[in-house]
Amino acid sequence: MSETTEANPTLTTSLLYLDNVAVSFDGYKALRGLSLVLAPGEMRAIIGPNGAGKTTMMDVITGKTRPDTGDVYFEGRHDLTQLDETEIAELGVGRKFQKPTVFENHTVSDNILLAAKAPRTVFATLFGGAAAQEQETIERILSTIRLGEERGRLAGSLSHGQKQWLEIGMLLAQDPKLLLVDEPVAGMTDAETAATAELLREIARDHSVVVVEHDMAFVRELGVKVTVLHEGAVLAEGSLDQVSADERVIEVYLGR
Amino acid sequence: MSTPITRLDRLGYLFLALTIGAAILVPILALALPKDSYFAMPPYIVALFGKYVCYAILALALDLVWGYCGILSLGHGAFFALGGYAMGMYLMRQIGTRGVYANPILPDFMVFLNWKELPVAWWGFHSFAYASIMVMLVPGLLAFAFGWFAFRSRVTGVYLSIITQALTYALKLAFFRNDFGFGGNNGLTDFKDILGFNVQSDATRTALFSISALTLALSYVLSKAIVSSKYGKALIAVRDAESRVRFLGYRVENYKLFVFVVSAVIAGIAGALYVPQVGIINPGEYDPANSIEAVIWVAVGGRGTLIGAALGAIVVNFAKTYFTGAFPEYWLFALGGLFVLVTLFLPKGILGLIMARRAPKTPTKPETPTPETTTVGEAAR
Repeated sequence: MSETTEANPTLTTSLLYLDNVAVSFDGYKALRGLSLVLAPGEMRAIIGPNGAGKTTMMDVITGKTRPDTGDVYFEGRHDLTQLDETEIAELGVGRKFQKPTVFENHTVSDNILLAAKAPRTVFATLFGGAAAQEQETIERILSTIRLGEERGRLAGSLSHGQKQWLEIGMLLAQDPKLLLVDEPVAGMTDAETAATAELLREIARDHSVVVVEHDMAFVRELGVKVTVLHEGAVLAEGSLDQVSADERVIEVYLGR
Repeated sequence: MSTPITRLDRLGYLFLALTIGAAILVPILALALPKDSYFAMPPYIVALFGKYVCYAILALALDLVWGYCGILSLGHGAFFALGGYAMGMYLMRQIGTRGVYANPILPDFMVFLNWKELPVAWWGFHSFAYASIMVMLVPGLLAFAFGWFAFRSRVTGVYLSIITQALTYALKLAFFRNDFGFGGNNGLTDFKDILGFNVQSDATRTALFSISALTLALSYVLSKAIVSSKYGKALIAVRDAESRVRFLGYRVENYKLFVFVVSAVIAGIAGALYVPQVGIINPGEYDPANSIEAVIWVAVGGRGTLIGAALGAIVVNFAKTYFTGAFPEYWLFALGGLFVLVTLFLPKGILGLIMARRAPKTPTKPETPTPETTTVGEAAR
């Protein structure tokens, strides 16, 4: 839905462009020359064993960690290595954390309200009430994430799966161009996992999504292009069947 | 779901009725009734409660930053004392020729130190309006400068608490020095008039009590409006999951800075009301122990409830007055014990207990439940 081709010249037509990104923490190389290109509107699954650099990659994209070397561009013209978390969020990059982090002392609908796209300055939030349009957005999202019945409950009292959905709902409310979703089905029942896959496919219709996940059944259900990370670099890329057939992938990951 | 909110609002109205009622009733009891009437209020009680009410305003200010934004300030006494000094400077300039050295411009301590001219910092303090502005401006500016650097550098948790403590300690040392120009260790005292009224008189004392009570009511309304707005919701979100708020695109440092400055201004006003009622301000007010005591008031009353903070300040100080009279050597043990007991058994303070009593059937949490008790460890991440 959102067109990314703009009048001003861009370096690349991709939505997200990572080239040769390296990050090290106290000598430990979390990312070593990671390159990844995401087309506008694409949904991508990222898999890889523990320590492959999946979360670090998310940190680099969202501005939490600055890479030592390499380029990170959003929409071909925003150099993400020069921006902080807030600026990157304002550009339209939303992130769901591995551990569900919702605002436990707020109600479900207030969680969505805080995430909803609206002016974020102190002045605006201090004096502006919840607009009718915002209320509409909240209702729409609550029904998408199937938490309409729970709108008045404190988020802290939701089940694990519901918290995960609420966080996805918060992402939707932000209406970002790119959603980064870190292990959305960790700790979910099979039924919840299936429902989450359906939810993400629904979201991917009008958003670009990057999903990091361990659960192979879930990745298969998503049915999208897969990137396999290993030791901070891309090991293989393609459909799940292609990468599952790759000798090196079997060796480092799937074979175990 | 709506029950806890209405309950808290009902409590809010009760609180406003109590504070405004006290502001009206106390002058009647203290001044209008004949002195031998059973209901007559002795002047010392008025002065004592006037002091408690100022502490309650300070507690409210502290709860605004600690209870709602998770900023555990161990230096809020500094803002209180700065407001107090600004008022004290006005009161000093009012003494005029009635001082021991009868110098029309210079307060006694400056004459004693052989100073010839009024320091720049003291200019303008003969005017009540100017002093009133300074009461708010000085604490506000200090909070702004401090918060600007601290929140931008993302100093949080215990580290921030330690810096706030260092801030108030540094001010204490500075104000202790005679050449700093604020009366050294004697501070400012021997006040005569405020706006032409004798500060010692019962009528002035009573008026100051009423003004303090009304200020408490007004501070509550302001704070409640802040925490009930969308801004307040974001503030609570910052308290509970700061980095999540950042990833949602909020400028967390600005959110913290605003509430910190508002809180410092309220604390400054509390200090300014306090000084004419107790008749002295000295560097001892900057003592870190004072700021820590204020944290205990908030914890005892109920963190993150505003009303609880004010209640805690009054209850603890009432106990302090009693204890320091009856068993002076045990007060600190009692205070320490109280803090431990409240942390262990009453994580939501006295107000939490009252609310639980009033609604035994609804297991839902109050409107803004206090965060899990141990904030220091949590914040230390």
